Amino acid sequence: MRFMMLVKATDDSEAGVLPTREMLEEMNRYNEELIKAGVLLAADGLQSSSHGFRVTYDGRGGSTVTDGPFTETKELLAGYWLIDVSSREEALEWARKVPFGAGETLEVRRVFDPTDFPEATAEMVEAEQAWRDANQRPIGG
Amino acid sequence: MTAPDARTATDRTVAAVWRMESARITGALTRLVHDFGTAEELAQDALLAALEQWPVTGVPDRPGAWLMATARNRAVDLIRRERRYSDRLAELGRRLDTEPPPQPEDLVLDAEPIEDDVLRLVFTACHPVLSAEARAALTLRVVGGLRTEEIARAFLTAETTVAQRIVRAKKTLARAAVGYEVPEGPELAGRLASVLEVLYLIFNEGYAATAGDDWMRPALCEEAMRLGRVLAGLMPAEAEVHGLVALMELQASRTPARTGPDGAAVLLPDQDRSRWDRMLIHRGFTALERARTADPPGPYTLQAEIAACHARAATAEATDWVRIAALYAALAQRAPSPVVELNRAVAVSMAFGPAAGLDLADRLAALPALREYHLLPVVRGDLLARLGRHPEAAAEFGRAAAMTRNTREREVLLGRAEAERARG
Repeated sequence: MRFMMLVKATDDSEAGVLPTREMLEEMNRYNEELIKAGVLLAADGLQSSSHGFRVTYDGRGGSTVTDGPFTETKELLAGYWLIDVSSREEALEWARKVPFGAGETLEVRRVFDPTDFPEATAEMVEAEQAWRDANQRPIGG
Repeated sequence: MTAPDARTATDRTVAAVWRMESARITGALTRLVHDFGTAEELAQDALLAALEQWPVTGVPDRPGAWLMATARNRAVDLIRRERRYSDRLAELGRRLDTEPPPQPEDLVLDAEPIEDDVLRLVFTACHPVLSAEARAALTLRVVGGLRTEEIARAFLTAETTVAQRIVRAKKTLARAAVGYEVPEGPELAGRLASVLEVLYLIFNEGYAATAGDDWMRPALCEEAMRLGRVLAGLMPAEAEVHGLVALMELQASRTPARTGPDGAAVLLPDQDRSRWDRMLIHRGFTALERARTADPPGPYTLQAEIAACHARAATAEATDWVRIAALYAALAQRAPSPVVELNRAVAVSMAFGPAAGLDLADRLAALPALREYHLLPVVRGDLLARLGRHPEAAAEFGRAAAMTRNTREREVLLGRAEAERARG
C-alpha cells in the first residue's frame, strides 16, 4: 500500500532558508535507507509558496489566480515522500525515523489505488491515464 | 492463525519494525557469531523480547536500535558462555579447537550493521545447496522478516511444513559449511541466478493468486518487488537484477485489470488497459533502461522487454508482435524451454499469421516434455480454428479438455470443441 508523507512548511522553508550541510547529509542518509529497504517510490522538495500561485474556480468555467506567498504557513507544504509499504504501522515507523528538528510536522496519507474508484467510468480513468502519461516522469529518469 | 486486524496495535508495530530491520539485524549477527542458524535464532529471541516488553514499556523511540542492541547482547552472552565452556575444556587439557574463540569486547565494537550484511544474508539464504522452496521460505523469513505462519499462508502450506523446511535448510547450510559471503568472480553469475530465481518464484506464487485467495498471497508480489529493489540498490552494476525488477514491476502493473468485477480472471488481450498501474509501468521502464547495459541481454531482461511491448501498446491490436516474436526467439536461444517455444509460436502466429505459428507448434507436439501440457493442444486448436480447419481444431480442444485439472477451464474448452464441431 502506498502512503504519501507530506512535509508541512515552516517559517524557514517559506523564507527560502536552505537546509544546512548537516541537515542535508542526515536527510540523504534517511533517503538512502528508504531506497535500500526498497520502499521509496518518489520524493521531492517544494520551493516556498512565493514561487507558486493559487487558482480558485467559480464553477461556471471561470477562475481567479492569486500569486504567492501565502500566509497560513501551517497549511502549506514543503515536500513529500511517496512510499510503498506493507502496513499502516510500517508507514508510521518510517515517518518516525525522518530526521526532522523541533516543530517540524509530517502528515501521512494513504494513496488511493486505481481500484478504489468503482464509480469512475472507463473513459474517466482513461483520460486521467492519458494525463499521467503525458505529465509524470519515472523516478530518477 | 489470527487475521492482521485481530492482533494488538503493539504486535502490529513489532511486526512492521521487524520487517524493516530483521535483515540488517540477522546479517550483523551472522557476522558476529559466524553461524547463520544461531544468528537467526538470536534474532528471533530479540523479536520475542520486543513482543513481551513493548506492550508494557511502550515502543522505544528508536525501535530498530533497541532490537539490534538486544540481539547483540544475546550474541555476546552466548559467546561468553561458549568461551567459558571452551576455557574449562582447555584447562582440562582436552581442547580440540586450536583457533582462539572470538572476544566479545572486539565484537561489540563491530556490531553496527554494515553494507554487505544484507547482501551476504541474501546469498546465504538463496544458496544453491537448498531446494527452491527452502530458499524461498528462508529468504522470506530472514530477509523479508515474515513470520512462519505468514509464509505458510502465502504458499498454501501447513505452518509445520514451513517450519521444518526452515530448520532443515539451516542444518543443510551448516553441514555444507556454506561461507557467509558475497560470491566473487566466476562463481557470482551462478549464485546470482539462484537468488533471482527465488525472487521470481516468490513473485509468481503471489501473481498466480486469484481474487478469492488469502490476502497474504498477493502480498508476496509486493515483497518480491521490494526484495528486488533492495538487491538492485545493493548490486547496481548487475544488469539482470534490474531486468528482474523491470519484469516484476511491468507484470504487476496489470494486477488491477487481471480480475473482472465478478472475480473471474481477465486475459491479457481482454484487459481494460486504463486500469494498468502507470507508476509501476514507468518504474519498470526505468529499471529496464538500467538492465539494457548487458550484451547480450539475460533471460529476465528479455522477458521484461516482452512485458514492456505489452505495456507500450495502448490497445491489444497495437501490440508489436513482430518484436515480441523476435524477443521470444532470443529468449529461446538464451534459456531454451518448450514453454518458451510455445509462447514463441503464439507470438509468431500473431505477427506472421496462424500457418507460421502452427508450423512451430507442430514441431513441439513431438516433445515428451509437453505431452502432459494442456496449453499445447489449446494453442494448436486456436491456430487450426483460425486456419478454418474446424474438425481438427475440435479434436485439439477435446484433447486439451481431457488434460486440464481445472473444472472451469475444462467447461470452456469443451464449449470451444463443440463450437468448432458445429462449424466444421
